[in-house]
Amino acid sequence: MKKIKKIKIKLNGKITTIIDKITLAELINDLKIPLKKVAIELNKEIIDKNKIRKLKLKNNDVIEIVHFIGGG
Amino acid sequence: MSECAKAIKLSGADIVTVAVRRVNISDKNKPLLMDYIDPKKITYLPNTAGCFTSDDALRTLRLAREIGGWKLVKLEVLGDKKNLFPEMIETLKSTEVLTKEGFKVMVYCNDDPLMAKRLENAGASAIMPLAAPIGSGLGILNKVNIKIIRKQTKLPLIIDAGLGQASDATIAMELGCDGVLVNTAIAKAKKPFEMAKAFKYAVIAGRQSFCSGRINKTIMGKPSSPIKGTI
Repeated sequence: MKKIKKIKIKLNGKITTIIDKITLAELINDLKIPLKKVAIELNKEIIDKNKIRKLKLKNNDVIEIVHFIGGG
Repeated sequence: MSECAKAIKLSGADIVTVAVRRVNISDKNKPLLMDYIDPKKITYLPNTAGCFTSDDALRTLRLAREIGGWKLVKLEVLGDKKNLFPEMIETLKSTEVLTKEGFKVMVYCNDDPLMAKRLENAGASAIMPLAAPIGSGLGILNKVNIKIIRKQTKLPLIIDAGLGQASDATIAMELGCDGVLVNTAIAKAKKPFEMAKAFKYAVIAGRQSFCSGRINKTIMGKPSSPIKGTI
């Protein structure tokens, strides 16, 4: 049986293990995050949400997913 | 969250400031702000509360624009963890950058008329001087400066931070301000809903008073009834 390769990413400050070659869109989908209500940063760069289906994640990628909370 | 939404409704506020924070990945059932406060009914104003550098503030607001597509933002760059005063050099630099990127920037600043002018020249969309340190509840400490800023600018002038009770909002409006930004004075009041209502009426009263043109001050008494016909 072929072993599934895994990679480590940093997701919202936490080291997380995911399957290799997964796209950012697949990750967001797996996490059940409402895409319309968040912004995503990959390695300190803001990601265009229309392009996440083509973005494959790499080992050591740093991802921040943020949303609005009350506060001023 | 529902209490917050209720207080906002009672206060009659048009704008609510929001902060950009990490999504809770492990507990996705946590309620979202947008589920309680409809961004179509009240203007969300993303802000950089808690940022101490220009870089952090810029990063936050660029992310905010990505979330909602809003160009109207509130910039706040703090300089001191104890008094939470704004770091005005960084604030001015950030205002310039954000304006060039197409943002409409409402700027939290100190109550210095010269700095307020520089922010205006840098393209700020609104001037938001503090009344007193954030969360201090001291009310407007320098009315003269606020009046000077009012005289020199046609931009929206909003008192941001330091108000403690409803009458402080009335004073701000009587000085000619266009609005007030209130959090702690309502949120930490013993009866937040009642205080939210009090602020609503205080703002209306202050605005009407300002627009009505107050009488001149004199140090001598003037009879308020006619002397003619006295028996």
